[in-house]
Amino acid sequence: MVLEEKKKIEVYDTGGPRLTFSYGPQHPGTGHFRMIVTVSGDTVVDLEPDPGFVHRGEEKMAEYKTWITNIPHLERPAILDAAGMVIPYCLTVEKLIDVEIPERAKYLRTIVAELDRIASHLYWFSLYGIFLGHSTMFLWCVNDREYILDLSQSITGQRFTHAYYVPGGVRNDAPKHVPKNLVKEFKLYYSRMLGREPREDELSEDFKKYILAVVDFMDLRLDHYYQMFFNSEIFIERTKNIGVLKREDAIRLGVPGTTLRASGVKYDTRVNDPYDAYPYLKFNIPVGTRGDCYDRAMVGFQEIRESLKIIQQAVEQIPDGPIKLKQHPIVIRVPKGEAIARAEAARGEILYYIVSDGTDKPYRLRMITPSFRLLPALKHLTIGSRIADIPPIYWSLNYWPVEADR
Amino acid sequence: MTWEKLRKIIENVKRMFKNDVEEVFLEKKIAKIIVKKEKLLELARYLRDIHQFDHVKGVTGVDLSRLKEGGGPYIEVIYHVGSLDDPELNDSILNVSVKLDIDNPVVTSLYSIWPSVEYHEREVYEMLGVNFQGHPNLKRLLLPEYWMDLPPLRKDYKVPGRD
Amino acid sequence: MTLEQFNLIRRIPKKTSIFGYTLAYSKNILEAIVEEVVPEDEREEAIKEYGLGKPLKIIKGGETHYILQVIKNNSLIRYLVNWGRMASLWPAHLTTACCSVEFGAVSSSRYDPERFGWIPATGSLRQSDVLLVEGTVNAKMAQRVRMIYDQMPNPKWVIAMGACAISGGLYAKDSYNVIQGLNDIVPVDVYVPGCPPRPETLFQGFLLLRDKILKSRLE
Repeated sequence: MVLEEKKKIEVYDTGGPRLTFSYGPQHPGTGHFRMIVTVSGDTVVDLEPDPGFVHRGEEKMAEYKTWITNIPHLERPAILDAAGMVIPYCLTVEKLIDVEIPERAKYLRTIVAELDRIASHLYWFSLYGIFLGHSTMFLWCVNDREYILDLSQSITGQRFTHAYYVPGGVRNDAPKHVPKNLVKEFKLYYSRMLGREPREDELSEDFKKYILAVVDFMDLRLDHYYQMFFNSEIFIERTKNIGVLKREDAIRLGVPGTTLRASGVKYDTRVNDPYDAYPYLKFNIPVGTRGDCYDRAMVGFQEIRESLKIIQQAVEQIPDGPIKLKQHPIVIRVPKGEAIARAEAARGEILYYIVSDGTDKPYRLRMITPSFRLLPALKHLTIGSRIADIPPIYWSLNYWPVEADR
Repeated sequence: MTWEKLRKIIENVKRMFKNDVEEVFLEKKIAKIIVKKEKLLELARYLRDIHQFDHVKGVTGVDLSRLKEGGGPYIEVIYHVGSLDDPELNDSILNVSVKLDIDNPVVTSLYSIWPSVEYHEREVYEMLGVNFQGHPNLKRLLLPEYWMDLPPLRKDYKVPGRD
Repeated sequence: MTLEQFNLIRRIPKKTSIFGYTLAYSKNILEAIVEEVVPEDEREEAIKEYGLGKPLKIIKGGETHYILQVIKNNSLIRYLVNWGRMASLWPAHLTTACCSVEFGAVSSSRYDPERFGWIPATGSLRQSDVLLVEGTVNAKMAQRVRMIYDQMPNPKWVIAMGACAISGGLYAKDSYNVIQGLNDIVPVDVYVPGCPPRPETLFQGFLLLRDKILKSRLE
């Protein structure tokens, strides 16, 4: 342990007997993840994470399936954010084959990836509401997320785990018209939430106008969320100055994603190592100052706004053209070699390393997910805090147990 | 821009370590340094102090016994190293790898230099059987407690469903 | 309940309680009442035995019949007890893997399960009726699923949600760690297919469980 952690415990350790209990796998506060906590009075003295309750053997399975039938099961680790799990796989395979995908496919990939990122962040906030005891946030967020999933369904065909990406492009094209009852239902919801009807030129059955109307609506709803939840006593009291992660520690422990940005490091794979249509679009990266739980939630909040901006620009700039390279069969052969590629999932940076043997199945597939790299931070932050602080700290890191176990 | 800087770094490393180092450099695909087992700790310290590589993104283990070209009775352990302090190296990954004997894979752990390798090395230990010396807590992480079979990611282990 | 009270309900005057409505319109009650036509020879005996008003007089097509109505044994009590059990099921949801996201979406206001009494309880096992297992069950998790099932008090039911809980799903052949189906560990009542099942499918699963409970035997 580092010297600071030892000092924190010496101050709070009451010297009484210690109790070890299991913060177990069936708990509304953790989900399918277990922590073995040692407590002295009300202070946490030691915490050991125990992942492995959802370990399904994805890496070994990938050696038994061909290059294209690998895609559905590789999405399942973070099922909310299926685009983020599969994009770097397609990028790596395209590096091995040595091709460049058409322009329209790049823009379509970006739009679906950003829709998945918004849906994943909204689910994160809705469960944040339940952990802190504010259940209105759960109902509002889950309800608004349904309209984003409707959009995703009209492009890809399924609500979240869509298998839309293939090495070489995407599967379907975006439609030209949206069904009538979808527009009717959205109009009703819009007028009820915002108190006014949408104008004629804002909303119609044309796909482009519908998607821009939903994006505008989401922008206005974010102000409501800020007033209701992020600016309220419940949230501020329980998250300000709790679980502070300093800049040097964040770099030394190797944490990715929102946690890194909230501690003051300006790093995002979409800007530093761009792929798809991101070099042509303009957006900012939100950075926090203090590194506590409040900053991590606010960085996530700002990221939703940036994603909405990206979707607006992409929908207006999208060119016409083919959507995939050629009609490929189920079995393709990839030349020999090894390659590494990465992308930005909703929780952070995700890496793929693939070794190919020249046959129709991969020889070795390795995926390094962002949630697995957050485990050292969990241990570092909870030591020395109180028991009631464990749920906010744990959930503010945006740790998803299925992704860490694969 | 980054690939040139990586190339310069690899030239520096080759100049310092002469015969103990081999390189694999494919433009835009992968930049890898293969080093001998005894010099791994020294190379890691050199990269951290002089070239500012400050965190490890992950550790991979590959069982090379069934690969047709370039294979053999080896297990390769690869460290994917990145840099956040140096702004020119922000968008690149340098891969440092070691080749170990498949009958007795033992290597020193890099926990004393980069603390972010703790959980990754535990996973490579249980999936492939590699023993990291000097690791503070080398125990099982993801597999169930009663697992008594071969380490799963080895090529000798066959999944029971298909046969 | 006597036949006089039943006659009142059968005519359905305008002011009745909700209890009256449910009893009157439920198929079970109507099935529980057996109607026997009294043949002409035994009419006077029936009137002597049961009283003057009890055999009902019905005029059908120009002829008069006398009808006796008899309730089958204890089906009314069985109906009441089962109705009480099915109308407020409290789930203990065991999020095992990815299907838990669809469970969160079902509890939203678009699909509203609270109107059927499905109030998401706070995870306490001793106060819940249904164990909803969502997703893949691991070798490490299987032991805990059995422990959780044993801790719940009777009466209890189990819903297996998702393809992975039914038979191993996507991970059926090539995974070394996944249990092929939940039937080996706990007795399952309703299987809900899908990967992940749409919210409407999960809803149909609840309604099937309610029907199953309503028709089950009393123990």
